[in-house]
Amino acid sequence: MSLKGKAAAIGIAEFKPWKEAPPGVTPLKLMAQLTADVLNDAGLDKRDLDGLLVGMPFADPGMIYPASLAEVLGLNPRMLNVVDIGGASAAGMIWRAAAAIAAGMCNAVICLVADLNKIGDQKVPVVSVQREFEAPYGNIGANCGYAMIAHRHMHEFGTTPQQMAKIAVDQRKSAVKNPLAAFGDKLLTIDDVLSSRMICDPLHLFEIVSPCSGGSAVIVASPEIAKRAKNPPVWLLGAGEYANHASITYAPSLTESPIKPAADAAFKMAGVERKDIDLVCPYDCYTITVLVTLEDSGYCKKGHGGPFVMEHDLSYAGDFPCNTHGGQLSFGQPGLGGGMSHVTEGIRQLMGRGEGRQVRNATLAHVNGNGGIMSEQVSLILERRS
Amino acid sequence: MSEYTKPLPKPTATSRPFWEAAKAHRLQLQQCGGCQAFIYYPRDRCPHCLSDELQWKPVSGRGRVYSYTVVRRAATRSFADKPYVLAIVELEEGPRMTTNIEAPPEMVKVGMPVTVCFDDVTPEHTLVKFKPA
Ligand SMILES: [Zn+2]
Repeated sequence: MSLKGKAAAIGIAEFKPWKEAPPGVTPLKLMAQLTADVLNDAGLDKRDLDGLLVGMPFADPGMIYPASLAEVLGLNPRMLNVVDIGGASAAGMIWRAAAAIAAGMCNAVICLVADLNKIGDQKVPVVSVQREFEAPYGNIGANCGYAMIAHRHMHEFGTTPQQMAKIAVDQRKSAVKNPLAAFGDKLLTIDDVLSSRMICDPLHLFEIVSPCSGGSAVIVASPEIAKRAKNPPVWLLGAGEYANHASITYAPSLTESPIKPAADAAFKMAGVERKDIDLVCPYDCYTITVLVTLEDSGYCKKGHGGPFVMEHDLSYAGDFPCNTHGGQLSFGQPGLGGGMSHVTEGIRQLMGRGEGRQVRNATLAHVNGNGGIMSEQVSLILERRS
Repeated sequence: MSEYTKPLPKPTATSRPFWEAAKAHRLQLQQCGGCQAFIYYPRDRCPHCLSDELQWKPVSGRGRVYSYTVVRRAATRSFADKPYVLAIVELEEGPRMTTNIEAPPEMVKVGMPVTVCFDDVTPEHTLVKFKPA
């Protein structure tokens, strides 16, 4: 059984990320608002929802989270789960929702993520082996892992800081047209990026996501429900998932990521070619993440990501539209909502709701979700049928 | 002398031989009797073949910097005192280790040969680090 065309995204909802958590706001409060908004967007009633997938918010984690959330929302799901694959959780929810629908377990699944940015020391819970063998050496947080990926990529392929910076510059061109982007107030130049503060060599401040508060939601539905939704359905054509490490230290390679098997599986299921894709939404916690994703997804040869981004205009108006919402780098990273922003942007563009940054005649989008330090990968191919 | 405030390893029954050897300034890793692979970090079964015939063996302590970064803005306060070189070292025997390079940041390069050194950060804890060979 394939998931090709078995379910469609029919509604989206999203907050403009807040740079600091608004007082009195909790993840549950945000999720309740998102649920009301996404039902309204899709034109569905709460009673239509019979599946619930949610990401665990760091700001308010707990056991039996999905049932507690369902109780708060007054939902009676036939399938409920936390999806815990880091930044890939959002993309991972979409194919899991489609699989539940294709298996006849559900008809309409809500995929929800919301979180608050707590300023201060990173308190992300990690497993005991990471506390024992990583933390004593200062391998804490994500910046340093991606910096080591970037250094290795520079060493093996001659990738330059200018090439990586260009990604942030082009995504910002789209962000200034996105009213929901938290960092979309002005354009950037390559010099702006390279003169921003060095955080972890070779990564500069403007190549690194800013943690925010916020969240987003998507409803995935069966063909029967999609027929009566308000929006043009955006069909899941292909999906692939893969992981081969947790800590980057033990990844088989720093420069060849598990994105390749995930993307290959998604394209194979969809039966489409790379050249058919109208826009790509690669998870962008860092500039180097986008560069490696474009290579491992097959848009250019391994090691050619640097020249590729220099040769193409990655903005919404360019010849290779990439993260037309600005990416997380300019949109902001509201916890797992950062990873959902790539999904919602793909859906929004295919629905023809890109407004000032609409990609012309967009019918096929490729979304890639990335968790941890280039660990869990989920690729999705989405289609709007004419 | 100021108190050491960075995170410290808490050895388990599985990992204790590794940390005890480090305290004696020796580097030893588990080697799998099933597939002969050297393993890092210590485990109860080989991640390659799931054999539980794992034997502690001394290793060369020689390797190369697979990649590194200079952390100028640390994720936690305990590492915020000064920039440090975080690295992945690939040992001659195969495994890669998270570690620090004891050298001025501008001297460190991807691919450079390094050799093990031991940092007695407290009377009870020794971390395994590397320096230019
Ligand atoms: Zn083995």
